[in-house]
Amino acid sequence: MFDQLDALLLARIQFAFTVSFHFIFPSFSIGLASYLAVLEGLWLRTGKQVYLDLFKYWIKIFAIAFAMGVVSGIVMSYQFGTNWAVFSDKAGPVIGPLMAYEVLTAFFLEAGFLGVMLFGMNKVGKKLHFFATLMVALGTLVSATWILSVNSWMQTPVGFEMGANGQFLPGDSWWDIVFNPSFPYRLAHTVTASYLVVAFVVGAVGAWHLLKDKTNPQARKMFSMAMWMAALVAPLQIGLGDMHGLNTLEHQPQKIMAMEGHFDSHPDGAPLILFGIPNSAEKRVDYAIEIPKASSLILKHDLDAPMAGLDTIPDNQEPPVGIVFWSFRIMVGIGFAMMGLGIWSLFARWRNGLYEWTWLHRAAIVMGPSGFVAVIAGWITTEVGRQPYVIYGLLRTADAASPLDAPAVAASLLAFVLIYFAVFGAGVWYILRLMGKPPATGEVEANHGYDGPIRTAGITPGPTQNPGQAEALPSEREDA
Amino acid sequence: MMDLTVIWAFIIAFAVFAYVVMDGFDLGIGILFPTFRVGQGRNRAMNSIAPVWDGNETWLVLGGGGLFAAFPLAYAVVLPATYPLIIAMLLGLVFRGVAFEYRWRDERHTKFWDLAFFGGSLIAAMSQGMTLGVLLQGIEVVDRAYAGSWWDWLTPYTLLTGAGTVAGYALLGSTWLIWKLDKGVQRHARYVAMRSAIATIVLMGAVSLYNIFLNAEYADRWLSAPEVYFAAPVPILTAIIAIALLRSIVRGRDHTPFWLAIALFFLGMAGLGVTMFPYIVPPGLTIWDAAAPESSQIFMLVGVAITMPLIIGYTAWAYWVFRGKVGEEGYH
Repeated sequence: MFDQLDALLLARIQFAFTVSFHFIFPSFSIGLASYLAVLEGLWLRTGKQVYLDLFKYWIKIFAIAFAMGVVSGIVMSYQFGTNWAVFSDKAGPVIGPLMAYEVLTAFFLEAGFLGVMLFGMNKVGKKLHFFATLMVALGTLVSATWILSVNSWMQTPVGFEMGANGQFLPGDSWWDIVFNPSFPYRLAHTVTASYLVVAFVVGAVGAWHLLKDKTNPQARKMFSMAMWMAALVAPLQIGLGDMHGLNTLEHQPQKIMAMEGHFDSHPDGAPLILFGIPNSAEKRVDYAIEIPKASSLILKHDLDAPMAGLDTIPDNQEPPVGIVFWSFRIMVGIGFAMMGLGIWSLFARWRNGLYEWTWLHRAAIVMGPSGFVAVIAGWITTEVGRQPYVIYGLLRTADAASPLDAPAVAASLLAFVLIYFAVFGAGVWYILRLMGKPPATGEVEANHGYDGPIRTAGITPGPTQNPGQAEALPSEREDA
Repeated sequence: MMDLTVIWAFIIAFAVFAYVVMDGFDLGIGILFPTFRVGQGRNRAMNSIAPVWDGNETWLVLGGGGLFAAFPLAYAVVLPATYPLIIAMLLGLVFRGVAFEYRWRDERHTKFWDLAFFGGSLIAAMSQGMTLGVLLQGIEVVDRAYAGSWWDWLTPYTLLTGAGTVAGYALLGSTWLIWKLDKGVQRHARYVAMRSAIATIVLMGAVSLYNIFLNAEYADRWLSAPEVYFAAPVPILTAIIAIALLRSIVRGRDHTPFWLAIALFFLGMAGLGVTMFPYIVPPGLTIWDAAAPESSQIFMLVGVAITMPLIIGYTAWAYWVFRGKVGEEGYH
């Protein structure tokens, strides 16, 4: 019994670790693929060199991020079976086909056109290359659509019947399963989040190079584009988040109770707890700073609307309050900070200070990684908030695991942690190095020709950069 | 007998075959990587697959995702049974995949990422071959769940199937390089291809013989009438192809060895089909035991019917764009 509990806990840690790590890369590559498509489209339309330079600058970063997304994603597609075999057996007939559709309509599309996008600029025409870029961008969006449909079905399961063997079986309509109640909100909120992730990364890189040289035309262009995104999309995202929250209140009220820290029911208007320390043992929020009735106003659009609290939920069906309470506040706080930077940039633009105001640039650099933090915090909010269930209300996480021995799971968890930090740490370091180099006119592309890849790593190509290659040339001649 | 479940068994088999062949030559190049000279030799070998490896690896996701969708019970049983192998394969693929980008980004650590490319490929290939071995030697299932211990995957037989897969992938990789390279590097590829071909043929034979002793039912299928009349063409054709393959390498043919290596894998797959069908997880689970309900099968079949021609079409186009020999300056 003790062993079983251990294996379960380890499997949960392993899934949380691998999925959180993985989620970082797609949330970057979904937005970046779209940004690259926009840049290449603008280049084809206007013929301006600056767009081509930016395209070539960012595609090198995209190549590394995409590779990390692919390899960490394959882990996810097998982890359901290795660690969550009971879940796989029971839910496979319903969610398996959606994931198969993701492979068929998205993964092949991305992978099939990625080679041409990365290496084919000189081999196919400009228009065909643009088509390849569009297909990669489309593939990332289609992929997000299917996997969020799967996730949403697990959060708000509908359209199924229970089979005699304990499996969830598809009901009459696949439409109901795919377009389950939380899916449209989750999709809109997540894809928009991905665009914001990229906007703030691009903005930070632009700002970094503006601080060094405010005349750099590529840095100016990318900073300007990113700040338009911040100003326009951050408010939109807050609105989408609000709608997603109302949807969650309707379908997963416990999650909202945990996010709000509402241990008690409030029959005549619930307060909005801005900060506090949730105390699950005593079932109260310590040191709470509250705005009276504001929670009812936000969630029910009525100051005096009654709101149920966790006191109405049996203890064994409650999510862990502390984690959800905090991760939600981190996400929302970042959302408003993003909007603040967007508004600041509008003001700077109006006063002709967009490329001059160094404090704005410094703030943009600080906010560079904020999108990733917000995405992970949001993910934790929604995933921890639906506990203790893996299929909401129907299958408990504790009943979904594989029959594995604890040492096997412990060993694999350790391997994942060590290897992910080493490998993806190196990748992030390479990306930061590319970002540290200023974008230049006549930027070279990510061509894996024979001297290409080495050259793309630096602005000044030269044989000294690659002594191995220089040595190799004569030796190849030798045996030729 | 030709019901939806059988169709799905063939679709999964096709995905696995497509993966084994296409990522097989990628992994094979990784396995052979240390035998190529640092510099042009390695650069050209890797560049011959850089634009296509990601598409090739996607077939693995289709194999896994398709199994999850079409035969969820098999997915839920096989993966826990082969847990350490699957984890090792996934981590191997992590190293292999990132090496494609990393080795160009960091000239001081190119050697390290070359080693990661080799080690990742080798571990992934070995794990895949051993997973096949675990499946063939039989998996204990009680109450819709894996009931064996977590060391069942490590036996002399699984080591043999693992080694066979490594040799086979090296054969695919080296024959691909014969096709895509020229001059000294091509001669080196030919030299390695010969040795890989011999190793593959010997290990294929050894695994086949071992199968007959492994399980009485397998022996029946290959040795007793009337099954033997259906089964016999497979080993006979395999022998013919094997001889043709060796000759084509010796005679310095350009792309023939690659196609013959694929034919050899196809016959291996056919032999596997004869051995296993209709079991998906021997000895207890047939494809019908593990199949998803009809509604799931039909829903996905529509998707496969629409998307598969497109996938094959644009994949072929991507290969066409990067056709020809990989020279020192890139693709000619």
